[in-house]
Amino acid sequence: MLSSGRTVSSRLLRPASWLPFRLCPERTAVSSMPKELIKKHELEKDELRPLYMDFQATTPMDPRVLDAMLPYHVNYYGNPHSRTHAYGWESETAMETARKQVADLIGADPREIIFTSGATESNNMAIKGVARFYKAKKRHVITTQTEHKCVLDSCRVLEAEGFTISYLPVQKNGLLDLELLEASIGPETSLVSVMTVNNEIGVKQPIKEIGQICRSKGVFLHTDAAQAVGKIPMSVTDWKIDLMSISGHKIYGPKGVGALYVRRRPRVRLEPLQNGGGQERGLRSGTVPTPLAVGLGAACSIAQKEMEYDEQRVSMLANRLVQKIMSEIPDVILNGDPEQRYSGCVNLSFAYVEGESLLMALKDVALSSGSACTSASLEPSYVLRAIGADEDLAHSSIRFGIGRFTTEEEVDYTAEKCIQQVRRLREMSPLWEMVQEGIDLKSIKWTQH
Amino acid sequence: PPLRPTPSPFPPLHVYLLLKVVDHYENPRNVGSLDKNKKDVGTGLVGAPACGDVMKLQIQVDGNGKIVDAKFKTFGCGSAIASSSLATEWVKGKSIDEALQIKNTDIAKELSLPPVKLHCSMLAEDAIKAALSDYRLKQEDKKKSANTSS
Repeated sequence: MLSSGRTVSSRLLRPASWLPFRLCPERTAVSSMPKELIKKHELEKDELRPLYMDFQATTPMDPRVLDAMLPYHVNYYGNPHSRTHAYGWESETAMETARKQVADLIGADPREIIFTSGATESNNMAIKGVARFYKAKKRHVITTQTEHKCVLDSCRVLEAEGFTISYLPVQKNGLLDLELLEASIGPETSLVSVMTVNNEIGVKQPIKEIGQICRSKGVFLHTDAAQAVGKIPMSVTDWKIDLMSISGHKIYGPKGVGALYVRRRPRVRLEPLQNGGGQERGLRSGTVPTPLAVGLGAACSIAQKEMEYDEQRVSMLANRLVQKIMSEIPDVILNGDPEQRYSGCVNLSFAYVEGESLLMALKDVALSSGSACTSASLEPSYVLRAIGADEDLAHSSIRFGIGRFTTEEEVDYTAEKCIQQVRRLREMSPLWEMVQEGIDLKSIKWTQH
Repeated sequence: PPLRPTPSPFPPLHVYLLLKVVDHYENPRNVGSLDKNKKDVGTGLVGAPACGDVMKLQIQVDGNGKIVDAKFKTFGCGSAIASSSLATEWVKGKSIDEALQIKNTDIAKELSLPPVKLHCSMLAEDAIKAALSDYRLKQEDKKKSANTSS
């Protein structure tokens, strides 16, 4: 499939070359195409795409998940809520199997899983739904400053409705201070929302202890586990979680589907965001997309089987990357706690080099940065600001994401390219020059404009 | 023709416009330093690391008031590097008054900078002006010390 001339293109990212023959119309019809299209087709076949090192943004779908989903698109296409014919029955069986697969991954009961359109919808449902249901007596919600934008924005909407929200700060290593949390919970608190693994710095919060505190105070715990599910072993009973958001496209499943775990014992009540025919226990009306739900279920069951192997491999690759980079160039900082983290998300700050220029330099690796230039506003990432990173370091950070399909050659190539380009950019940097001369950058009065 | 959209590695239009910037970035002209203690070298250092943009632009002026050499170093995004690289290209060979006429809008137009990156061109203009005013200060100091000594 691959010609010998290629060295580091990842096989799974090539558009047409690995799909089964019958699914690729271009391959069957090449001889019948006009000459211009054939030339373009030939050229595109040899086109190299960048290495994918951004597994926190999204993940490629595991081919086994695609195999599981395909029949439900064209053959078993019934609406799972149709009770009167075989098409409905077979779709419903598939949906329920998928539900069981998702529930098994997190140690829940299948009746507690609700399919949604993604973790954003799940987060919205959980936060707004719970807060609004209990608003008669409880008008306080607690969350942290490093949450995902959808959580923070839902809280802002609640504030406009008259709720009080506490945005708890985190410590320098990214972890939440448990005593601060305990002190913040009051008699009016209905919900605490803390994400399990942060999508920018990879820090793993102590959800077990937080669950303990919340259960003892009679407050619901919601956790956005989009980056954690299927990667670290989780159990909603052991950790005393009441609501959990799951995202399909972060665990090698399809995009456009997610799930929300809602505890039944003790019952968590929600006001639904989407009203209609009463599907999904009345909490999320709308036809459940059977192929996507089957895909999510398959992704979860694969993740359960391969979690240990993936975790070992990903930690090995991440350590390799970090060791290689940090041993060759000085002044590189790993953001977030070095121990309490998911190893596949590596966020490094390269001092005296700006993030976007480094991304441009590493143009054959797909990466993401916490720098201002890559966001729409000129503000650097709020997560890095919350962990107290210096402003200039926040502009210099890059996030490397490593996942199930990353190879060693990709990691080695990325590390080498990164080292080379950082050295080159430092030669171009006035700050590096000043530091080499022994000037303390903090003592200079910079001009503001 | 195929029914589904063929995935293309080519970027959308707004990224295309940045390719001019990439050229300056890949082959930057005039990266480096001049000796800042020399009397005919003006150094401008503008921006702040907290804003994510710092530019250092140095010019060397001969006896006739013409800029013969310029060098830059930048801590900033690709557009900032390109703006300062272009600035050094443009000031070379100009007189001091002509260099003062360089506007940030010209730099932005030449590089097709999108609105969100216009501040990079403004900073490049500030860097040119800072270098020129530093050179002027040095000349006045020289004149003053020549006057007092004679």
